[in-house]
Amino acid sequence: MGISRRTAELAVAIGIFIIGMAIIGDSIHLGIGWSNSSPEPGYFPVRVGGILALASIGIAIQALLDRSSASLQEFVSWERFRLVLAVFVPTVAYVVIMMLFGIYVSSALFIAAFMAASRKFNWFVILAVSVGSMLVVFWLFEIEFLVPLPKGPLETWLGY
Amino acid sequence: MDQLVSLLHGFGVVLSAYHLWLMLLGIMLGILVGVLPGLGGPNGVAILLPLTFTMPPTSAIIMLSCIYWGALFGGAITSILFNIPGEPSSVATTFDGYPLAQQGRAGEALTAAFSGSFIGALLGVLLITFMAPLVARFALKFGPPEFFAVYLLTFCSFIGMGREAPLKSIVAMMLGFGMAAMGMDTMSGQIRMTYGLPQLMQGIDFLIAVIGLFGIGEILLTMEEGLAFKGKAANISPKVVFQTWARLPRYWLTLIRSSVIGCWMGITPGGATAASFMGYGIAKKFSRNGDKFGTGQVEGVLAPEVAAHASGTSALLPMLALGIPGSATAAVLLGGLMIWGLEPGPLLFIEHKEFVWGLIASMYLGNVAGLIIVLSTVPLFAAILRVPFSIIAPMIIILCAIGAYTVHNSMFDVGLMLLFGVVGYFFKKLDYPLAPLVLSLVLGDKAEDAFRQSMLASKGDVTIFASNWLVGSITLLAMVLLFWPLLVGAWKKLRTLRQVPAT
Repeated sequence: MGISRRTAELAVAIGIFIIGMAIIGDSIHLGIGWSNSSPEPGYFPVRVGGILALASIGIAIQALLDRSSASLQEFVSWERFRLVLAVFVPTVAYVVIMMLFGIYVSSALFIAAFMAASRKFNWFVILAVSVGSMLVVFWLFEIEFLVPLPKGPLETWLGY
Repeated sequence: MDQLVSLLHGFGVVLSAYHLWLMLLGIMLGILVGVLPGLGGPNGVAILLPLTFTMPPTSAIIMLSCIYWGALFGGAITSILFNIPGEPSSVATTFDGYPLAQQGRAGEALTAAFSGSFIGALLGVLLITFMAPLVARFALKFGPPEFFAVYLLTFCSFIGMGREAPLKSIVAMMLGFGMAAMGMDTMSGQIRMTYGLPQLMQGIDFLIAVIGLFGIGEILLTMEEGLAFKGKAANISPKVVFQTWARLPRYWLTLIRSSVIGCWMGITPGGATAASFMGYGIAKKFSRNGDKFGTGQVEGVLAPEVAAHASGTSALLPMLALGIPGSATAAVLLGGLMIWGLEPGPLLFIEHKEFVWGLIASMYLGNVAGLIIVLSTVPLFAAILRVPFSIIAPMIIILCAIGAYTVHNSMFDVGLMLLFGVVGYFFKKLDYPLAPLVLSLVLGDKAEDAFRQSMLASKGDVTIFASNWLVGSITLLAMVLLFWPLLVGAWKKLRTLRQVPAT
């Protein structure tokens, strides 16, 4: 038994309420009134935060009152959500590796990992696609458009 | 006739080898972006925007707007051949497009879709050519209260006319305003809502939000729904194209209806998606073969495509004339204008004539070129979709990461993009609309300035938004649109109440 759609609605509404309160809090800190006959920096955001908090309460109430079958349905089944995680977790790892080794090495690894996981390709095709596509990206960005992308130890070693 | 002279001048600007090459490139990239899941109009433009920072603004907008046309064309390809809408605005195209493809009449469906798109876009551009300068001239009279009232109108029409729950539209919008307020306050110079993170000093760039919400969020959702690209063959040939064209005049009434719906939904930011559904619905209701819709009617492909493209094109009218975008992609283009140092709004027509008319001329050429290119390259793009998803998915994510990084050359932004991806996934699953969020994130600072300047003038009195007939009628219209669903509901109730005693 997974999470129902209604629980997900409530969780998101609570998150939005917290954001609304955070905006109000910061606005009060900045000043929400008038100084020297002009509105203070928090004047506009406090209204934004207020509407946000009120709307989230409204959504929560709607979700609680909604007893239709659609709202009690499962938000996402575990089998399906595993597929989402199967992309999301490697993507997080990809961004972390990017910080250490630059975009080219991490991207090549990322493509290779996906291709290997699908078990449809032999290692030669994997190598050709992952390295080849990065060479294209390198040519396009560093040489054609002169947009430098993050580089790591490998590029330094190659003298770039 | 002023417009025609200016337009001819605009054609002079566009008709250079460099600009024609950029148009071609833009359309090809746009179709690609429209075909691939996870890449759509808004984030395709957002990813490629940083590449245009070094170009002259006119060249940059020509290329980016062509990406927009290409994406609108491309969305139809996957809808018809694969039953997978490449763009939200082409969902309605699947209703009759895919059945046609199943019957082996994909060529007809594709030709009808592209030609419909072309006709819709053409009418949208004609509207822009003749209306936009007038609207801009009128808007020169606007002061801060009028501008804030127009912003209010934009946002209210999103809430009242949108297909999503009103409270969720409000939440999406306010989150955008909140993010826009982050960082340095333009009026007082104080730092707002950074919560101790120095990276947030400059605020959150709308491009990062767009790439995360639309790109990463879409990929995660696509994974969950499971993708099976089992497409139909695109059997398109010149003979089929001409045969379909010969039958198009028969549907003139549907074409006109859908164009009018599209133009209206584009100018008031109802969006191309809502326009395409409305175009389909109205055609189904009024057409002689309405009851056969859904079984593979050419008319059922035509109606939503005409409306979607007319709306996508005319969304640029308020963007150019008032500085208010009518769609998420138009919002990204507007953000681009600001980055290139052009102030969108009525003054654009006076101070940057060359830019405006170059863009409008490129819309005519771009759509003609788009139609020819898309008709001749359908098999190529259909083949791209047969590349295994385990190669396409990581490449789309890599493109998003590169796009996010190049905005400010910052790794923090790439992390932020991931966060937006998660938010986008949950928002899409729970039917929160994303377009208002992007719109208010782009317009937030300007709307806030207009609000504060109005308040400054009136010393905090909100009745300034009803102080004269101009601002008053805009505010009134905004309120009508905001409460539109309630008004319609009340009207229907009133009528049934009146009918009950009569019978």
